[in-house]
Amino acid sequence: MALKTETMVLNMGPQHPSTHGVLRLELELDGELIVNVKPHLGYLHRCFEKHAEAMQYNQVIPYTDRMDYLASMGNNFGYVLAVEKLLGIQVPERVEYIRVIMAELQRIASHCVALGTNGADIGALTPFLYLFRDREYILSIIEETCGARMLYNYMWVGGLSHDIHPNFVRRTKEFTSYFKNTIVELDNLLSYNKIFIERTANIGILPADTAINYGATGPMLRGSGVKFDLRKDDTYSIYNRFDFDIPVGKGLQGSVGDSWDRYYVRVREMEQSLRIIEQAIDQIPEGDVHSAIPKRIKPPKGTVYSRVENPRGELGYFIISDGNTNPFRVKVRAPSFVNLEILGELCKGHLVADVIAILGSIDIVLGEVDR
Amino acid sequence: MKNAEEIFELLKQEFGDSILSIDKDTPTEPIISVEPLKIHIVSKFLRDNPELQFDSLMCLSGVDDANGKKVKDAEGYDVIEGGTLSVYYHLYSTVLRHKITLKVSAPREDAKVESVENVWKCADWHEREAFDMVGIVFVNHPDLRRILMPYDWEENSFPLRKDFKVPEFYQGMKIPY
Repeated sequence: MALKTETMVLNMGPQHPSTHGVLRLELELDGELIVNVKPHLGYLHRCFEKHAEAMQYNQVIPYTDRMDYLASMGNNFGYVLAVEKLLGIQVPERVEYIRVIMAELQRIASHCVALGTNGADIGALTPFLYLFRDREYILSIIEETCGARMLYNYMWVGGLSHDIHPNFVRRTKEFTSYFKNTIVELDNLLSYNKIFIERTANIGILPADTAINYGATGPMLRGSGVKFDLRKDDTYSIYNRFDFDIPVGKGLQGSVGDSWDRYYVRVREMEQSLRIIEQAIDQIPEGDVHSAIPKRIKPPKGTVYSRVENPRGELGYFIISDGNTNPFRVKVRAPSFVNLEILGELCKGHLVADVIAILGSIDIVLGEVDR
Repeated sequence: MKNAEEIFELLKQEFGDSILSIDKDTPTEPIISVEPLKIHIVSKFLRDNPELQFDSLMCLSGVDDANGKKVKDAEGYDVIEGGTLSVYYHLYSTVLRHKITLKVSAPREDAKVESVENVWKCADWHEREAFDMVGIVFVNHPDLRRILMPYDWEENSFPLRKDFKVPEFYQGMKIPY
């Protein structure tokens, strides 16, 4: 007589240190192998889109901070670009430069958390502390200028809330020259660490065509070897003036599109962000950051879909205006929300412990998944 | 690379009356309107046609157009009767680098739109979100459940509808604000 077998269901989260927030994963297991993963979201749902309908256009900006709270500058940037496109305003050169520098500093800070937690989740706690130390440096540079460490409300429609602090240029230059060493240190400590490679190479392989069909963007897509970056391919602001490369996954330690590739793309992206900052910091023109801020924001009737490259991928804002001072509808296409959808596909056939490594390499922020 | 009018002509040739109109009078992007129960086959064509190759769905948004009649219900609250709910599709081709926006509108009381989940996998959660928030039913969707709201949220209550009334009680518990 054959033995009866059945799969087992295991709940991971919502209170689990490695789910990066409150996410519940319903794992269906066959022994220790994953048969299926069902994510349950919504624990951090704060009705951003409903709030936005009750606010004036400029009042929405602080709410965008709270979505991807590790990359608030990027969220501000995407939103103000969308509204400016709807209004048809040009912002002064100085504003453009400061925005780009801020967004790139934020990208480095955000990748520091992503890489650090990815390592910490699978046992490497030391790089996490090193990276957080350097992220602190960026946050203090930003704090000096805009007064906040995480939720900035810094970019306004048509301008910025404050001009940069007199120390900003000097400290940013200090940071860029200093941070190069951290990347070397990180490579020695974690990227080429044998244990780390064993845990991440050939784990959660994402083929390029699946990635595109699932709408994956950012390091997730580039890890699969697709050279696609909105800063180059659908360029916005003044990114076309800078010289930088788009790192892609090459399968150096395993196969193209595995967790290690996604990790490695982020490390190399930090170097490129440093390059952009170094080029931009010397070119900041003189000017007034408040001169183009409209007194009253009342866009014409119509719709706009505008997207920017956030650290986690394509952040899109779809705004419908009915000609009033409040947006009629704001829909956010959050990169984490879309990237998380692939999790089930990636985990199939792997061990329970690999779910952590894969989730860490997707790099989600639940504030943005749930909004 | 094709612009919106060329894409509209191509679709019109292929599908005739299922393609309703093109709205060029917008500040940023033209919008092509499609029949809600034909969107699946149109999407498949957009993805597979070698001249179009829309392989990526950037965004899918459910919208309450609030273009019906405003009436008072028994308790004196404004509710909307008639009009439409809409879904916007923002497509992009990573190969040919062109974009297009599609729109479908379905009657508010019986909003049924075909699912495009098996054309772009990415649509799965976006459609669940549109169902959850606006109450659009996606025909042929494999797993149409609420996604952001709790599973035990009141069945016919959709928060992003313009006439949504904040409930006083949730599962018998009074909501204090």
